[in-house]
Amino acid sequence: MPDGVQQTGLKTDRRLTLLEAAIKKHQYRKDALLEILHIAQELYGYLDKDLLTHISKLLRLPPSHVYGVATFYNLFKLKKPGAHVVTVCMGTACYVKGAEEIVSAIERDFNVKRGGTTPDGKLSLFVTRCIGACAMAPNTIVDGETIGKATPDEVLKKIRAVVGVEKVEAR
Amino acid sequence: MSKTVELTIDGKKVAAKEGDNILKVARENNIYIPALCYLEGVSSLGGCRVCVVEIRGSPKVFASCVTPVAEGMEVITDSERLRRYRKWAIELLLAERPHVCSVCVANGNCELQQLATELGVDHLRVDRKWTNYELDLTHERFAYDPNRCILCTRCIRVCDEVEGVHAIDLMLRGKNSKVIFDLDDKWGFAESCTSCGKCSAVCPVGALYVKGKPLSEVKKKELVSFVMSRRSEKTIG
Ligand code: SF4
Ligand code: SF4
Ligand code: FES
Repeated sequence: MPDGVQQTGLKTDRRLTLLEAAIKKHQYRKDALLEILHIAQELYGYLDKDLLTHISKLLRLPPSHVYGVATFYNLFKLKKPGAHVVTVCMGTACYVKGAEEIVSAIERDFNVKRGGTTPDGKLSLFVTRCIGACAMAPNTIVDGETIGKATPDEVLKKIRAVVGVEKVEAR
Repeated sequence: MSKTVELTIDGKKVAAKEGDNILKVARENNIYIPALCYLEGVSSLGGCRVCVVEIRGSPKVFASCVTPVAEGMEVITDSERLRRYRKWAIELLLAERPHVCSVCVANGNCELQQLATELGVDHLRVDRKWTNYELDLTHERFAYDPNRCILCTRCIRVCDEVEGVHAIDLMLRGKNSKVIFDLDDKWGFAESCTSCGKCSAVCPVGALYVKGKPLSEVKKKELVSFVMSRRSEKTIG
C-alpha cells in the first residue's frame, strides 16, 4: 500500500489482500475503477461504504465519484444481500407472461420490497432485465436455481422451502 | 494565438476564437440566448437544452453551449420552434421535482423561475413528480434541498474544476439521479468538503444555499464574481 493511505474500517484479511493485489496489478490507475469494483464485489459480495472509501483512497479518486460509478450500474450491490436471494426476470417476455404478479406475490408474502432485504436478513428480492431464457418465461431464480414457466404459487412454495431450511452462510 | 473565425449570429457579423462555443460568443457580443446549466469558467454539460439554436443549412437544433463556432456559420437564436423547445425543456425540469416557488428560499432569485416567466410557462402539460427527499441541514453554513435540484451539475463542475475538491457528484441515474456529497454522506459529515461555498453560489435554483440568508441579500451573481475573483487572487498570490 502506498504511504499516506489511511486504513479504513476494513478488516485485514485474505479478501483485502487479494483486492489490494488487484489494484496494484492495475498500477493504481484511476481508469481501472470499474474493473476494481467488479473484483471487490466478487470478493465481498457487495460494496459497503468502508470498502468504497478504501478503493477511493487507493486509486486517489474522490469518494463521490466512486460512489457515483458504483450506484450507476444496477449490477453493483451496495447493501449486504440476504442469506437467500430471489431474482425475478422482468425482461419483456417474462413481464408479458406475468412476472409482475410473481414479484408482487413475493413482496406481499415475505414483506420485502424489490431491491430490498427482509428485516431478518433472510431473503433478498431483486428484479432484473432479460436473463436470456425467454422460452421458459416467466423466469425466477431462487438461490441460483432457475424456475421456468413459474406460477406465483410455485415460486412462493419454493422460497418457503428454501428459506425454511437455514444454511450457514460462508460469508 | 488561436485562429479567429467569422460567423453571423442573428444576422450580425461577429469574430470569435476558434473552439469557443456559440453561447459564449453570443454573450460576448451582447446577444441573448437563454441558458441554464451553462456556467462560464467551467466546462459545458449540454444537459438542459434551454440554449438551443438553429444553424442555417441544418434541420436540427443545436445546444449552443456545446457547439463550437465555425467559419461562415449562420446562427439563429430565436424562432417559434426554438421558443417551443425551450418552453418544453423548462416545463420538464419543473415537473421533475416539487418546485413550489412560494415556499422556496430562491423565490425571486431563481434562474429556473426567471426562465419560466420569460418563456411564458404558466402551467405544466405533464404530471408533476412529488419527490420526498430529506432536507440536509447538517452543514454549519449551508443547506441542501434535493427536492429543488434540477441536476444541472454546476455545483459538481465548480467543486471539481474551480475548488479542485470534487466533493460532489451524481449517484444513480435517470430520474433517480441525485446530487451527493462524498459517499452520499450528510453534507456536514462530508470530509472532502472545504466549506468554500462555491457550489451554493452557482446553484441556479434553491437547492444549495447559505443558511439563514434570503437569496435576495446574497445576490447570487455577485457571489459568483466574488468566488471567481478570490480564485484569481489565489492563483496570483
Ligand atoms: S462548499 Fe466548496 S468544497 Fe464544499 S461541496 Fe461546495 S464547492 Fe465543494
Ligand atoms: S444542487 Fe443546484 S447546482 Fe447542483 S445540480 Fe442541483 S440545481 Fe444544479
Ligand atoms: S445551457 Fe446549454 S444545454 Fe444547458
